[in-house]
Amino acid sequence: MSEPTPEDVELNVLLDAIYQRYHYDFRKYSEASLRRRVATALLHFRVASISRLQEKVLHEPRAFTELLGFLTVQVSDMFRDPTYFKSLREQVLPYLRTYPTFKVWVAGCSTGEEAWSMAILLAEEGLLDRSLIYATDINPEALRTAEEGVYALERFALFSANYQASGGKRSLSSWYHASSRAGLLDRSLKKHILFSDHSLATDSVFAEVELASCRNVLIYFDKDLQNRAVGLLRDSLRRKGFLGLGSKESLRFTAHSATFADFVPQDRIYQRL
Amino acid sequence: MTRPEAIVIGGSAGALEALTAILPALPATYPAPIALVLHVLSGKPSLLADLLAQRCALKVCEAMDKQPLEKGTLYVAPPDYHLLIERDRCCALSVDTPVHFSRPSIDVLFESAAEAYRAGLVGVLLTGGNEDGARGLERIGARGGATVVQDPSTAMVPYMPESALKRFTPTTVLAPADIGIYLAQLGGRP
Ligand SMILES: C[S@@+](CC[C@H](N)C(=O)[O-])C[C@H]1O[C@@H](n2cnc3c(N)ncnc32)[C@H](O)[C@@H]1O
Repeated sequence: MSEPTPEDVELNVLLDAIYQRYHYDFRKYSEASLRRRVATALLHFRVASISRLQEKVLHEPRAFTELLGFLTVQVSDMFRDPTYFKSLREQVLPYLRTYPTFKVWVAGCSTGEEAWSMAILLAEEGLLDRSLIYATDINPEALRTAEEGVYALERFALFSANYQASGGKRSLSSWYHASSRAGLLDRSLKKHILFSDHSLATDSVFAEVELASCRNVLIYFDKDLQNRAVGLLRDSLRRKGFLGLGSKESLRFTAHSATFADFVPQDRIYQRL
Repeated sequence: MTRPEAIVIGGSAGALEALTAILPALPATYPAPIALVLHVLSGKPSLLADLLAQRCALKVCEAMDKQPLEKGTLYVAPPDYHLLIERDRCCALSVDTPVHFSRPSIDVLFESAAEAYRAGLVGVLLTGGNEDGARGLERIGARGGATVVQDPSTAMVPYMPESALKRFTPTTVLAPADIGIYLAQLGGRP
């Protein structure tokens, strides 16, 4: 390995400072993309160096809240990767149906699209009344948006196309109320979703679940942290429970591949042994 | 330069044809991994990897997150994800915002690979109608790597290679077939 550059050192110091002051742990995030996001933040805050950013963030909690929006990536869609939701519907739910009640964990739910999609899926399969969805993230602003369940109307064209491709049984429009600019998701779904703050990097198991969906979150972690996070997901799953990952994520390069079996390999759905 | 530790290639409009002239020059035993970002308009993922696999001797796969880079293998960025190279020399994916309206972005791959491999890297920028890649290729040069720009007169759309040439002077400017020969020769060095 080559010598660390001054920027490498500054970045480490920034992440240490954030951890000590705010208890958010970004020290084991995937470095290459984290460096890019910090570089973007420097432009936004109009500071010349990471050290300056660190000083600001350390002394101004509001600046940290703002920085959090750069360090985490809030990109999501309803029924993103439709075949994933189709596989859940057709292959996973028949198992979950055999339990009198069950719990689902959407880890890293961002602004909520995935959790609301999950609720619609369960409702259409007649299972929502028997289930509880935990939707967690570390970004409080994203969680607020998630909880509101209101999205810009122009996004619903894509959401609807995804929904149809995922095997949706009705029209997505029966699940939201459209105003002139936004779509508000049906409040009846909300009763079964619990949004809360939880970090895969620093927190521990909080419930036993039958299905955990953690999509496009692990890609932001380095190998060590991936191992921690997958270990946490595994420990939260009951035996024979299911784990779904993002379409380009895999357990193959983690330490836990032996404790899971492939269930729907092309959609990255695994079953805990 | 001595034998490269890794090759990164980026291109857009017309780049598939250029690759068809470049990749057949590389043997299955090529001593370095190759990572590729191609801007593709519509999103059928594995098609591109399959297509390229038919046209060269290298092992071709769509990059998975945290996949280690191995020699003789071509890693193709999946549609709608940035592909980055980590310092421990494995792939990393992200869904961060597009760069130059592109995800995957060539700059993102090149800049991350430049940090990971420094002087051991060769960057190749092909034809395209977007300035993505110019900055990243410049960074590769600045970190001591070799930089190759497709000769704009052979490019279906010269804007991309021209954008690079406007920024800096690369190691060499070549037609696609010659890029293949150049890479093969570098690979044959001790
Ligand atoms: C790209 S979004 C994924 C959204 C959704 N799961 C999907 O696939 O559409 C990544 C999310 O992971 C969250 N995240 C980052 N680090 C986390 C951590 N340590 N624990 C839990 N969530 C985290 C981010 O705040 C962000 O909302």
